[in-house]
This record gives sequence, C-alpha cells and structure tokens, in this order.
Amino acid sequence: MACQGLAKGETTNTLKAESESLKAKLEEERAKLHDVELHQVAEKIDALGQFVMKTRRTLKGHGNKVLCMDWCRDKRRIVSSSQDGKVIVWDAYTTNKEHAVTMPCTWVMACAYAPSGCAVACGGLDNKCSVYPLSLDKNENLAAKKKSVAMHTNYLSSCSFTNSDMQILTSSGDGTCALWDVESGQLLQSFHGHSADVLSLDLAPSETGNTFVSGGCDKKANVWDMRSGQNVQSFETHESDINNVKYYPSGDAFATGSDDATCRLYDLRADREVAIYSKDSIIFGASSVDFSLSGRLLFAGYNDYTINVWDVLKGTRVAILFGHENRVSTVRVSPDGTAFCSGSWDNTLRIWA
Amino acid sequence: MTINTLSQDGVQRQQMPCLTKMERMIISMQDPDMGIKLRNQRLLITVIPHKCSISDEEALHVGQLFVKYGYIYPLKEPRNLILKADDSSYRFQTPYYWMSTRWPASELDYAIYLAKKNIRKQGELIEYEKECYNALHKRINHTWDFVVMQAREQLRASKQRRKGDRIVLECQEQAYWLVNRPPVSPEHYKLTTLTKNTIAITYCAVKYNQIFFLSCLFFLARNRVKSSICLESYVKYCEQYQPHDPIMQGCLPSNPWITDDIMFWNMNSETVALPTKLRVERWSFSFMELLNDQMGRKEFLTYLEKEFSAENLCFWQACEDVRHGETAKIPEKVDEVYKQFLAPGASRWVNIDSKTMEKTLEGLKRPHRFVLDDAQMHIYFLMKKDSYPRYLKSELYKNLLARAIVPQETKKSVFPFMRRQRHSSPSPALATQTAEDDGKAKYSNSNSGTASRL
Repeated sequence: MACQGLAKGETTNTLKAESESLKAKLEEERAKLHDVELHQVAEKIDALGQFVMKTRRTLKGHGNKVLCMDWCRDKRRIVSSSQDGKVIVWDAYTTNKEHAVTMPCTWVMACAYAPSGCAVACGGLDNKCSVYPLSLDKNENLAAKKKSVAMHTNYLSSCSFTNSDMQILTSSGDGTCALWDVESGQLLQSFHGHSADVLSLDLAPSETGNTFVSGGCDKKANVWDMRSGQNVQSFETHESDINNVKYYPSGDAFATGSDDATCRLYDLRADREVAIYSKDSIIFGASSVDFSLSGRLLFAGYNDYTINVWDVLKGTRVAILFGHENRVSTVRVSPDGTAFCSGSWDNTLRIWA
Repeated sequence: MTINTLSQDGVQRQQMPCLTKMERMIISMQDPDMGIKLRNQRLLITVIPHKCSISDEEALHVGQLFVKYGYIYPLKEPRNLILKADDSSYRFQTPYYWMSTRWPASELDYAIYLAKKNIRKQGELIEYEKECYNALHKRINHTWDFVVMQAREQLRASKQRRKGDRIVLECQEQAYWLVNRPPVSPEHYKLTTLTKNTIAITYCAVKYNQIFFLSCLFFLARNRVKSSICLESYVKYCEQYQPHDPIMQGCLPSNPWITDDIMFWNMNSETVALPTKLRVERWSFSFMELLNDQMGRKEFLTYLEKEFSAENLCFWQACEDVRHGETAKIPEKVDEVYKQFLAPGASRWVNIDSKTMEKTLEGLKRPHRFVLDDAQMHIYFLMKKDSYPRYLKSELYKNLLARAIVPQETKKSVFPFMRRQRHSSPSPALATQTAEDDGKAKYSNSNSGTASRL
C-alpha cells in the first residue's frame, strides 16, 4: 500500500487535512466522467401509465410496533419482528401465523429468513443475533434450540444470511458490520470504517457474490469486500442518517433512504450518485426502500405514514400509497416480484399488489 | 434515525430538518402575494396551494401534518387537532410558538399556563389538565410560589391589552399547549421516555483517521466508467426485465395476491414438468440467471453431460459449497474436492491453467474458505464464455423453449364477489424434518445447500 511511510510524527490533524484534500480530489475525479444525467437518458422511454396498487392482505397480530420483516424464498411466507420482543412467522397468503418466538429483549430491529426456509435470525437491543430453527412440532419451544451467533457491543440494526444458512452478516449501532459462522458462532470477518451507528446492509446480487453495501448515521454508504474486510467504495452525499440501503437488481447500483426525506441512487461503476428522488411535499424521512423485480420502480416507506412509488429512470413519483396509521418502518418486495410487504408502527403488516 | 437518538436531544436532532421544511412551506403559504387568501378577522383555508403539483389527497395529508405539529390550529374545535376539507376556519400559529423555537416545552411553563387558567376561571381545567396540574404541583412544589406569582403577573399584563389581541394570544397559547401536552402522549413523547444508556462509540481518533486516509487513497485509484454507459445499462436492464416484473406488467395466469389463485406459483415451482416460456427465456439473459434457477441448472448439466464437460459445473457447485458451508467442515470438503477434481488422474478432473492449478495446490496445504476461489472463478468464466452460449444455441434449449407453456389468463370469476378459498402450502421447515427423519444428508452433490427444495 502506498502509504507505508506514515511518518511517526504525523499528527491526527495532518492526517485529517490530507484526507480532506484527498476527498476533494476524489469528487473531482468522479465529476470528470459524468457526461449525462439519468433523466436525460430516460427521456426516450415511455412514461408509466396509471398506477394502481391496493392492500391485498393485512396481517394483524403484533402487539406493538413492527420494526422489520423478511420474505421466505417460497414467495409467500414472511417473518416479522416488533418492539415488544415478538418474532412471528406468517404464511402471508393465508394470513395464518405459523410460528412465534418471544425474544428476551425488546426492540427487535432485525430479522431475516434463512435461504432454506428452515430458520430465522433476529436481534436488537440484546446486541446479539440469534438463529432459531423452525420446528413444526407444536409442543416444542422454539427458544430451546436457539443459537446465539453474533455479539456486538451495541444494538443490532440489521442482519442477513449470505447464500446459505451457514453464514450471517450483521450491522450494529457500534459502528461495525461483521460476518459470522452460524454453527460455531465464530467471527469470520469484521468491517470497520463507519464513524457512527450502521443502520442497514444489503448483499450484492453479483456473479462472484463477494460484496455488500452498508449505510449509517455518519451519512455514508460504504461498499465492502467480504473476503478482505476492506472498504472498496464510499459515498457521502446525504444530508442526514441513511436508514436503508438496497441493491438495484443488476447489482450495478444501489438505492438509499434517508432522514433528509430523499432517496438516492448510486452507481458503482461510475462511482457516484446518479439520481435523487425527492419532492417538496415529502417532509419526513424515508425509513426503507426496495426495488421492483425489473428495477424500474422504487418503493419507499416514510415516517409520515405513506409509501411513495418512484420511477427509477425518470426520477418522478408514480404514486403515493396511504393506509398505514403510523410510520412505515420496513418495505420489501417479494422474491418473485408479485407483491411487496410493508411493516409499520401501527402494529400491522400490509401486502400490496 | 437510530435508537440512540431516542433521548431528549436526539428527538430534536431527528425532527429539526422536518420542522425546517414545514416552516418554509408555512412561510410561503403566508406570503401576501402568492400565499393563501386571508380574511379580515379570521384566516380561512379552503384550499392548500397546488404549487407542489400534488393531488388533493396529498394536500390534505400535508396539511394534516401542519396541524399535528402545531403550525396551523383550528378555531371552532381547538381540541380536535385534525384538518377538515371543508369551510372550517384555521389560523396560522405565530412563530413564537413554533416547535423548533420552543423545544422542549418545559414543565415550568406548562405549570404557569395551567395556573393562569385556574385563576382566571375556577373549573376551567378539564380532567386530564387537572391531573397534570396536581402532578406538577407535587413535582415542582419548591417553586410553586414562583409559578403562581408568574401566572398572576401574566394575567394582569394581558388585561392591559386590546380585547381582540388578548383573544388571539389566548388562542395561540392554548393551541401550543394542546400540541405539546395532549391528553394522550403522541409518539414523539413516548420516544423521550425511552431511557437507554447507550455506550457512546469510543473511537480512537488517530486510528480512525489512519483507516480513512488509506481508504481515500484506495478510492482514488479506482477505475471509473463514463456515466452515459452506466445509465444506458439501466435502461436496457429495465426494458429486458419488464415483461417479467409482475407489478409492472402483471403475470400469467394471474397474480396470486390479487385473484387468490396460486396457479402462478404452481406453474413456476421447482418440480414442474414443463416450465413457462418466460422462465426459459430468462435463462438467456445471463449465465447467473441460468444457474440461479434449479431447473435451469439441471438442464445445463444435462447439456454438459452430452458434451463431456459436466465436471466443470460439478466442480463449481462443490466450490460454492465450501465457500458458504460450515467452517468446521472446510478441511474435509476441500480434501474431497481435491480428490475428485484436482488430483492428477482424478475421476472428474477439471481443466485449469497451470498457473492457477499451482497456486491452488499450494493453498491446499493450509485450506481455508477461499482457497478454491481462483480455480472456481476460472471454471466459472470458462463455462460462461464457452459452454453457456453454445447451450443457448443447442437443440436441447431450443426444444424446451418451443415446448414451454404460455399460461392462459385466468378467466374472471362468474361471481366476482365470491372469494376463492386460500389454500395453505407445506412449510419449507417440514422438508428438513422429513429429510432428517430419513437420515438423509442435508447436502448432496447436485444441490449446493441453498434453497433448492422450494
């Protein structure tokens, strides 16, 4: 690495000043290759027609704010977690509850479905991520077979299985992300580089499957190499906390939702922000974002109880969905793109199609 | 917003940008030329200006937020903090009482306000206000004399004002307290009571700056692509996938969530006899699409067997298994892979270039999760550049595409109001239980341990 010669006498201030000048240089380099805006390129595409989406299912059963949810790969089951410590697995199609676990902590902010559909992972204020194998034996207490996998020094904000049931990626309020082996609970890799709480992460849908993006309260979105733990790209254009990050389906870009009431699209090959999705009448922060299957639509849940649907290419808003009675905390499109699910502080989840 | 902001200061930090935005809108609404029409004594809001080109429903929604946060208050039913789309009168709240300038509303001020009400007219306090009054009396008993004295002073001063001004000032003050001390605490008050002693992130400043500096050098050295090329690729991607996006273009026979008919899922399941045309077409979009679909993978394997290069796909799958499997089993798995695919004279020897082979064999002496990565990458790109394009041109693929089904659109039900019964499906968790009961291994060669049974 070029700076092996960091002189011993180099103070923090010198380093900081040098970093700032490097940052400025980076912005310069990024701007050099920016020859066209996204909406200009999108001019030749037809605008989207009338957009109608309704609530098709309402899942009631949580006793408190729903904080997070995830889909199962069978395209109809979901797992959701709430402030009162309950984690529920539903068949969203029939609205039946199939499993319920009570966590020993409140504010379960992260939950994820295992790729095989046989387990769920969750965590929150307990600073841990635990994996519960799902048993169909009615008499069995799910909590008995729980596996404690991740250990952070602050709350768990987000977790996700990698390509198999055997590894979990977590992000935490302690400013780090980490990769864990489920069976042994061993820390495989840790990722340092955020200077404040990390609120969200998403794995890249790429051929080589080696990177992920994270967003945090330091307004930065960082892209990481899972093998080496290195921060390979960093973007800092938001004006406030980044609440959620999601990859574009091709893996070449990712979207972010932030407390500054905007959502933004960042391209990884151009290495810059390429679109901002905002409106004067949208005042409250976006808590969660997700793309439709083709990547043409971006669904974003906001703290003013609404969900806005954006045309990703043209940058315009296509629809605004009302229905929730409190802030929308999580929005996820189903694996086959037939619907999306929203969870809210009004204790319910809604499936829209 | 993180859970750490759920303390007194934190709420302000989170809310400030929102409040600033709202205030900007409120100020422009009061602009004498461009804003809302006002009437002499009472300010009337019938229509919120459409300068943001938003629908009526959204205008109502934004207006609702203004009332909730105290920027506009209703005159007729002051305790009912909602915005009605009729002729009822509202008034703009004076900036003195804006949430951003008077945060947080202090207990002392509230006590003085309640005391004033009590003195002015006995019995004017309503139930919950009486409770608050008594609670405050207990809590800040030591300064109660000050409270009563202040209340009396303020009442005396207000008597000196003109009646019109006095009424308006009383309305403003009442509206402020209705927003900041409502009968049922709104969400932002529940937040302030969440006490969580969070550990502040202790950062070694020097170390952080070092990491940041090194990262900056790394970022700068990156190869970038022109924007026009990157952005064009999104347009192409969206166009290509639009027919496959059920939300954009619907799906055949129908979207299960809308019609309560799960034919779509049945026709696209793993084990269906004949796949749909869209599904087979999708395999031609990219090599990754083919491999991600279990059926596609099987078809590809069949093709490779005909070409006598099936060991490539098997090797790739075995490497995936090592990469994503249990840490404890890595040494034995790597050993298996070596015996089957890499050892000289192995039964399913894969053709890797000598440089990569040397590097891999060297790494096998100390096996770790990524030891097979280079070899795996080499074989992956070999298949992608060579076998995959030939597969798409092969009879096998073309035949399947020709035979693939295009589902009929579900006919609309004769009785549209009769809801179809929603059938449940077997839980994926059940599959493992049966497998375990039979003593079968979870992983097999043609299945890289990911969600293949669904």
